Amino acid sequence: MDIPQKLLAVLYALAAFAVVVGLILVVATWTERRRPRAVAWWFLAPTFALLAVGLVWPALRTIWLSFFGPDGSGFVGLRNYGTIFTSSEDLVVLRNTVLWTLVTPFVATAIGLVYAVLVDGARGESFSKALIFLPMAISLVGASIIWKFMYDFKSLDAGTKAHPPQQIGLLNQIIVWLGGHPYDFLLNSPLNTFFLIAVMIWIQAGFAMTILSASIKAIPVDVVEAARLDGVSRVQMFRFVTLPTIRPAVVVVLTTIAIACLKVFDVVRTMTGGNFGTDVIANEFFTQSFSAANYGLGAALAVLLFVLVIPIVVYNVRQMRASEAR
Amino acid sequence: MTASSVTPAIEGAAPPPTVDERVAEKAAAVARRKLSSPWASVAAVVLAIAWTTPTLGLLVTSFRPAKDITSNGWWTIFTNPRLTLENYQAVLDPNATAGLPAFFVNSIVITIPAVVAPLMLATLAAYAFAWMKFRFRNALFVAVFALQVVPIQVTLLPLLTMYVKLNLNGTFWSIWLSHTMFGLPLAIFLLHNFMREIPRELVEAARVDGASHVRIFFTLMLPMMRPALAAFGIYQFLWVWNDLLVALTFAGPGKATAPMTVALFNLVGSRGTAWYLLSAGAFVSMVVPVVVFVALQRYFVRGLLAGSVKG
Repeated sequence: MDIPQKLLAVLYALAAFAVVVGLILVVATWTERRRPRAVAWWFLAPTFALLAVGLVWPALRTIWLSFFGPDGSGFVGLRNYGTIFTSSEDLVVLRNTVLWTLVTPFVATAIGLVYAVLVDGARGESFSKALIFLPMAISLVGASIIWKFMYDFKSLDAGTKAHPPQQIGLLNQIIVWLGGHPYDFLLNSPLNTFFLIAVMIWIQAGFAMTILSASIKAIPVDVVEAARLDGVSRVQMFRFVTLPTIRPAVVVVLTTIAIACLKVFDVVRTMTGGNFGTDVIANEFFTQSFSAANYGLGAALAVLLFVLVIPIVVYNVRQMRASEAR
Repeated sequence: MTASSVTPAIEGAAPPPTVDERVAEKAAAVARRKLSSPWASVAAVVLAIAWTTPTLGLLVTSFRPAKDITSNGWWTIFTNPRLTLENYQAVLDPNATAGLPAFFVNSIVITIPAVVAPLMLATLAAYAFAWMKFRFRNALFVAVFALQVVPIQVTLLPLLTMYVKLNLNGTFWSIWLSHTMFGLPLAIFLLHNFMREIPRELVEAARVDGASHVRIFFTLMLPMMRPALAAFGIYQFLWVWNDLLVALTFAGPGKATAPMTVALFNLVGSRGTAWYLLSAGAFVSMVVPVVVFVALQRYFVRGLLAGSVKG
């Protein structure tokens, strides 16, 4: 299809959608006159149909598939799950996912919180915040390219002693300026996982900063004033006034970032493809399901992701309820 | 505006601060400024520079000649300024293998229906949950809310099988449908929360006047919901525009349907050291979300705050 055809396809799709919704609403109006209580089902019908087909049935099907062999036939019980928790490659996958989920939330939240406090009420506050927040707007693929370039590595073997190759990655150039040897950030396990995590921290710190800044500004002015009259220092203010007041928001931010990290896929897929010991569950799921055609193991990895997300979401929702109730 | 605490609801109109509050706020801000130490400013500036430099580096690189990019670092631009638009010409050439225009169009083609459809359907459903009486209403609402937990990974394989059977695989329909289905639970939850804040009397008065639900939905709800629709719309837009996983699974790699994220991803895989293409390509793909970000920052931030629990 060329461009005009594609744009026409959009128009057709929107028109088809409008016709379907229009028909449903006509039927709903007609129903209302006869059986007022039945109208709601017409408003809900498209949503329930899509959720049943797109989420409920596939999720159940995946859980079912996770007990079967590579091609979806031959019941294997819990063997796929056993593989995840015993094979040495999958143990690396689990270790990395744990690292991502533990390190990223705390570091990103700490940086976001510090920055929010630092720029709070300062001149040019919204501009300073936009700088940190901007990475949230771009795709994870774009962010991965930005950082792959930062990490770029030129081996010293490539040049001669007199004319060593110029580094084009900023981080390696800084190392060279400081008198060190260039380092291949993405190749050497297990440190390379931390360099991938740094990309996520770079992105999520802006999210943490935005939410925490909002809740810092919601601290009642009289509380701040009272503390100030008592002569507390900036650090004491942060420790005894700011931090306890915004605690619920901090928990929500931590859990939200943790969920994003559990499911991290784009960064790993783009930067290393899961090679060099950097693989994570969401990427291994994709590899097993769509490259290795091992559907059973892929399904088990997806289910594992599902199971790991649930407690964090439940905790998150409870904290949100708590902070809403305040 | 005094920003509120974190809530999953999208605040419509927070009460404007009274004059006293404003004076007090200003006084507090002045006091804060006086208390702030120079070290705090230095730390803030250092962080801001550290956060901006990676993007800046690639942006500068995208305007450097291909030969220069690989022979020395982008920071030499300050001593040796030599700029070109050739990299952008290369990625914007529709006939080149790395040509992005087709993928750019695909991104637009994917995004418009994938934002409009869930927005419309979720508003209808949210209306039903908020203002209609029917059996199992609360149980069903909790069920929809709970579906936010489902990671999309869990759905991909069965959905792919289904699309293949229906001959929808590799077409825009599979991507539109998937994004619509994945976006619905969060959209319904957010829009429902917002709708509940509209005064009950308004709806009841309209009902007493004999207006049908469909009429109330169009004449009363949609206009009042505009801020919430904008917030979720932008959130969904960025989600779809920046998505890699769904597109990689259903769109296939080719120019026919793949969006820009997939094109860039493939470029990293096939020409991972062709920085003149990668840098320019990355910025072409970032233009749209960054413009949206700058233009609609307020809604954008709200949408992100609100959507932070998406599964």
